[in-house]
Amino acid sequence: MLSQYFPIALYIAIALVITASVLGASRLLGPRKPSPQKQATYECGIVPETTVGPRFSVKFYLVAMLFMIFDVEAVSFYPWAVLMHKLRLFGLMEMVLFVIVLAVGYAYVWKRGGFQWQE
Amino acid sequence: MLQVVIVVVKSIVTATLLLAAFGLMTWIERKVLARFQFRPGPNRLGPAGVMQFMADGLKLALKEEIIPTAADRFVYLLAPLVSLTAALIAFAVIPWGPPIHLLGQVVPMQIGGPNIGVLFVFAITSLGVYGPILGGWASANKYSLLGGLRSTAQIISYELAMGLAVTGVLIAAGSADLNTIVARQYRLWFIVPQIVGFIIYVITMVAETNRTPFDLPEAENELVAGYHTEYTGLKWAMYMMAEYINMITVSALATTLFLGGWHGPLLPPELWFLLKVALFMYFFIWLRATLPRLRYDRLMAFGWKVLLPVALLNTLATAVWVATAQ
Repeated sequence: MLSQYFPIALYIAIALVITASVLGASRLLGPRKPSPQKQATYECGIVPETTVGPRFSVKFYLVAMLFMIFDVEAVSFYPWAVLMHKLRLFGLMEMVLFVIVLAVGYAYVWKRGGFQWQE
Repeated sequence: MLQVVIVVVKSIVTATLLLAAFGLMTWIERKVLARFQFRPGPNRLGPAGVMQFMADGLKLALKEEIIPTAADRFVYLLAPLVSLTAALIAFAVIPWGPPIHLLGQVVPMQIGGPNIGVLFVFAITSLGVYGPILGGWASANKYSLLGGLRSTAQIISYELAMGLAVTGVLIAAGSADLNTIVARQYRLWFIVPQIVGFIIYVITMVAETNRTPFDLPEAENELVAGYHTEYTGLKWAMYMMAEYINMITVSALATTLFLGGWHGPLLPPELWFLLKVALFMYFFIWLRATLPRLRYDRLMAFGWKVLLPVALLNTLATAVWVATAQ
């Protein structure tokens, strides 16, 4: 068990060292001549009027919530899929029931315009 | 001890190869795009301009580091780090050849082979989402924030269909271990029984890596440069590296799951693996040269209303086929 993940842990450490050194290199190698104009927020050349972020569509939150629900369901497919050769008809029936429950929720979200991006 | 040394050497070689492949890929992409458009492309540095990426890298490294005063410094620096690290790690479990014998040891041609290889790749590539969203938020710029949000919404929407498209392969192989999946394709590549899953996977892998026609996070005519508007020099390059290395990883996963991995006649297996990955990489460039960008509402509708149900039906159809077959 551990021996499966030890090489990966070692690789993660090495990958972190590489990326951190790239990040550090950009600080060490470049010139440094800061000025207020240069460090202002980019607004196509106009002086930015607000410092707070813009308002954005609440749809993005909805997408994130729907993703959470459906992705957890998608992940629960994985162990079932791996064991499908052994479960056969029993597994198939169980999964059909599961998908029916999933489909009801999916149809509800669709009906209420959860996948609709244009008013 | 010897095993640890081998793992360290393998890790450094893998990371270096991925970064070198990124460099070469930028040159290949510019060259192939130029061919599509009847122009020579980069041709000044080295034979056929092959040294161009070295010059570009050097130039980026010597650029001034500009951090906007309004930005959240810590998160601003963390975001490209997360992006590139996740991109590098995801490749760790993909086998690029059969195990070889070296110094009396059996050395597998991958960093590590956990029995949940497929899940590992998806878990780590999901972490890559934090790059755009954190970078977009920490820049304190409206274009960055909108680009980051769009990117995140798109990636998580298409990830669902991607995850479901792969379940067909898991059913057919009866394992989530990438080595077993490759071994099961010795006679028949899974692209044949899983053609629907393959098509969905290829569409979603283009969307996952934010490439044309799904490159809305970087729609320059509305969002300047999307989530990396405020990034300069090597930090911008880190986002680019992450994007290209992610392209390599999803291509390598497609090869492993659907095209028989490193299996192939006559040529050495590592070369076969490289050729198959190169095929997908060429496909990415081909798409970029051919297709215009999608509209955002259509992109989201396509992911949720078309790809997700089709992927689910494909999974069920595969299950029916396995359950009823003798």
